[in-house]
Amino acid sequence: MSRLLLIATALLFLGVFLLLPLLAVFVQALANGFGAYYVAVSEPMAWAAVKLTLLVAAIAVPLNLVFGVAAAWAIGKFEFRGKSALITLIDLPFAVSPVIAGMIFILIFGAHGWFGGFLRAEHVRVVFAVPGIVLATVFVTFPFIARELIPLMQAQGNADEEIARSLGATGWQCFWRVTLPNIRWGLLYGVLLCNARSMGEFGAVSVVSGHVRGLTNTMPLHVEILYNEYNYTAAFAVASLLALLALLTLAGKNVLEWRQPELRPAARRPRDGTRREPA
Amino acid sequence: MASNATAIKERTPRRVLPGFGLTLGYTMVYLSLLVLIPLSAVFVRSFGSGWGHFWEVVTAPRVLASLRLSFGASLTAALINVGFGLIVAWVLVRYTFPLKRLVDAIIDLPFALPTAVAGIALTALYAPNGWLGARLAPLGLKVAFTPAGIVVALIFVGLPFVVRTLQPVLDDLDQEVEQAAATLGASGRQVFARVILPALWPALLTGFALAFARAVGEYGSVIFIAGNMPMKSEIAPLLIVTKLEQYDYAGATAIAVVMLVLSFGVMLGINALQNWTATRHGER
Repeated sequence: MSRLLLIATALLFLGVFLLLPLLAVFVQALANGFGAYYVAVSEPMAWAAVKLTLLVAAIAVPLNLVFGVAAAWAIGKFEFRGKSALITLIDLPFAVSPVIAGMIFILIFGAHGWFGGFLRAEHVRVVFAVPGIVLATVFVTFPFIARELIPLMQAQGNADEEIARSLGATGWQCFWRVTLPNIRWGLLYGVLLCNARSMGEFGAVSVVSGHVRGLTNTMPLHVEILYNEYNYTAAFAVASLLALLALLTLAGKNVLEWRQPELRPAARRPRDGTRREPA
Repeated sequence: MASNATAIKERTPRRVLPGFGLTLGYTMVYLSLLVLIPLSAVFVRSFGSGWGHFWEVVTAPRVLASLRLSFGASLTAALINVGFGLIVAWVLVRYTFPLKRLVDAIIDLPFALPTAVAGIALTALYAPNGWLGARLAPLGLKVAFTPAGIVVALIFVGLPFVVRTLQPVLDDLDQEVEQAAATLGASGRQVFARVILPALWPALLTGFALAFARAVGEYGSVIFIAGNMPMKSEIAPLLIVTKLEQYDYAGATAIAVVMLVLSFGVMLGINALQNWTATRHGER
């Protein structure tokens, strides 16, 4: 009896708080029929937003990927002083409000910022332009790949690489032929989560973007503009593309967790937020 | 920190693998350029106009109201998430039911769904003419464009933190201990209060802190549903944006410093709590 009651409570709660909002996005997007939906997602400004979102993710994700691999190699394969402090610092962006993440780049590169005068003299725009959007996105997605790879590499140890070395492999051969195949699912997992956040980031990007339609408008910002213009169908149509991306991300995440069960949060630690670290 | 001490002890000079200097160097440079130096700008700029000005900004009535709202709503949402998150995690770990895998997968939706999308979807649901808003209105309940709407949005963003923190701990619980307690005559309630809850409370506290920390800084999902009335439904991150738009950098950074100090405090608290439980666990 209490079992049924608990299951019903859990499902009702999840239904109201998670499923209904998701459903609402698609229902609202199609409220005026498929024709209106198609018009909304195919108009030039929407396309410009899609392209900018893809561009930003295409820069931010590889940057954080290289960083994540480097950090995981140093932390996972070697012992050194201050390691746990370094891990905490890598997680730092998760503790920073997205709005503050955007603001710091205005403080540095904005008109009244540290480099504002220099940038104006050189006619380079960072803030209220694409470089600022990329910087803010890199900041908020900074820990995603590193935090997947660090525990994975720590758990795998150095034995495979040491054998490869003793058989005469160079450091790079060791990395490409031994380490990379070992961490490939974890790497993909991190890239997936990093990509979802890059494409969906709103607060940080909103602060540095300047909201110039067709130029500095990412998809989430385009959703906001349409919504604030009371163009609800169009806003939800673009939002539905982002919701589809979220569903694909969840699906991909589950496939990877099935491939490598250690990636599953139930086997490890919370997916986001602060690391639970074995002391 | 305890783990530092062990790191020193275990440090061995012999390194078979190459690339330590390169990767650590790259990590430090990238971390400094993109995170540490930019973040320090907040502190430098906020104290650039002196302590007096900082204090004046932070204690202004509108700023205090927004901080009170942000922290209050985050606290409420995190507490609700701890309660329902425990039920959800319990049901997912202990029981089997149809479509359980799908239900488990959807827990992560708030991590994957862009916050702006969540924001407009929740607003559409809870607006006076929305699916839920229209049903709540006759009961005299107004959610959208009130602080209650902020709490709803923060429940959405915080839920997975609680569930995902509790699941592995619940999974590890030894059910034989519960059965032993039951055979010794403990009621279901006693087993829960005396056996299960003591083992869960560090995870509950961690989940609570993670959900709370995320909620305090949340912006995208809140601003659509909040109504954003100064002194009533204006959250602190929104006030930062407003001040930035007015080029009031000293004001914006002062609020940011208060929020950052609190977030970092929560983060260090979680780390300490986890180190403490890990050591205690290890000693047993």
